[in-house]
Amino acid sequence: MTGRKILLVATRKGAWIFHAGRNRGDWRCDGPHFLGQIVHHLVLDPRDATTLLAATSTGHLGPTLFRSPDLGRSWTESSRPPAFRKADAATDARAVNHTFWLTPGHAREPRVWYAGTSPHGLFRSDDGGDTWEPCDGLNEDPSIREWMGGPQDGTPDGPKLHSILVDPRDAKHLYVGMSSGGVHESLDGGRSWAPLIDGLEVVEGFDAGKVWFHDPHCVRLCPSRPDRLYQQNHCGIYRLDRPGRRWQRIGRNMPSEIGDIGFPLVVHPRDPDTAWVFPMDGSSVWPRVAIGGRPAAYVTHDGGGSWIRQDRGLPSSQAWWTVKRQAMTGDADDPVGLYVGTTSGELWASVDEGASWQGIARHLPEIYALEIAGL
Amino acid sequence: MKVIVPSPLHSYTGRREVSASGATLAQVLWDLDRQFPGLRFRMIDEQDRIRPHIRIFVNGDQTFALDQSVDARDSVQVIQALSGG
Repeated sequence: MTGRKILLVATRKGAWIFHAGRNRGDWRCDGPHFLGQIVHHLVLDPRDATTLLAATSTGHLGPTLFRSPDLGRSWTESSRPPAFRKADAATDARAVNHTFWLTPGHAREPRVWYAGTSPHGLFRSDDGGDTWEPCDGLNEDPSIREWMGGPQDGTPDGPKLHSILVDPRDAKHLYVGMSSGGVHESLDGGRSWAPLIDGLEVVEGFDAGKVWFHDPHCVRLCPSRPDRLYQQNHCGIYRLDRPGRRWQRIGRNMPSEIGDIGFPLVVHPRDPDTAWVFPMDGSSVWPRVAIGGRPAAYVTHDGGGSWIRQDRGLPSSQAWWTVKRQAMTGDADDPVGLYVGTTSGELWASVDEGASWQGIARHLPEIYALEIAGL
Repeated sequence: MKVIVPSPLHSYTGRREVSASGATLAQVLWDLDRQFPGLRFRMIDEQDRIRPHIRIFVNGDQTFALDQSVDARDSVQVIQALSGG
């Protein structure tokens, strides 16, 4: 590793790649890539630190994926992007609207990738992202199909399968989240799945026992303790320690005037007790913007027992942007670097674990997703 | 037959006007995909439905029937209806 960093920025109108040296300053901008295309997720393969995968669509054409073998200098389209199986009956005829989430497979499976789509679908590639096959164990399971609901049950731009997590100890141990549709676990490489929703709350007045009411926004697995999961849900912030099955609402410990509504969540690469969230306004009609127009991250150092506000350097007033679920990420340096992308096209970074923030870029299109990687 | 391709798909064809063959519109689209891999999926979904913002005209008449018969004298035009900001 050279210590260099690349920050992969996926936006509603294209992708940008920001490069920085060991000091994580003086970011150099490379882009736009795919100008005018919706880039839902742009991810570096950590197994070779060279290959990029980009999930794109245009809003008018069908979705596709591109692969770069050289950090974005050249791109080749997947020869078979994620697509559902041809349906027998018209009522069952699902079509991928876009690929929302990309996850590299296990370190011992260097050509494997997973993709989560809208509407809900899980797909797997065994050839580095060139061709994709539907994971029937999830996509075709009758119970899970019921929990997925229909187009009206998801986010405004469609229901999404996200947070595809691969246990670093076991390639066959997977988790996924569905908005809406709950959190699910597989122990057999995706052939069968079981819901993991105990303890999660749902919108008041509905039955938390019904899987389809559950709306995880972002689920993360602690690399330093893979049995620990954190989750930012539509209804709060949670932690789960396996083999336990009951989520604990650690967001109850957030300041009451802030609450625990939001989209992204970042875990510390070495300390399983440390995690960050970026709360959004969940009052009245759910504006889901920075609370009071004063954006802030919140960090816990005790597994969610308490939270500390981190807003130094961020706008102190009249900043009404949103941070989407994929638009906050952290690097593996010491101290950890944190990166936030906003719906107003701003990039913010902290090289001191959130204690202070600096702007990297402004005037980009609406930022959908960020990934940071070391080279 | 002559096929007119909209500009968002010129990254596949490299030009506005291309040639393709087939006895039905579906066969023409498959022939286009053979020549320009990936093109068809941008227009037609995995359930063989024309995507929402794509419109296809044969000799100036809009059609939604991929099984429509065509011959070499016909002209096919694909339109991408732009909307939104």
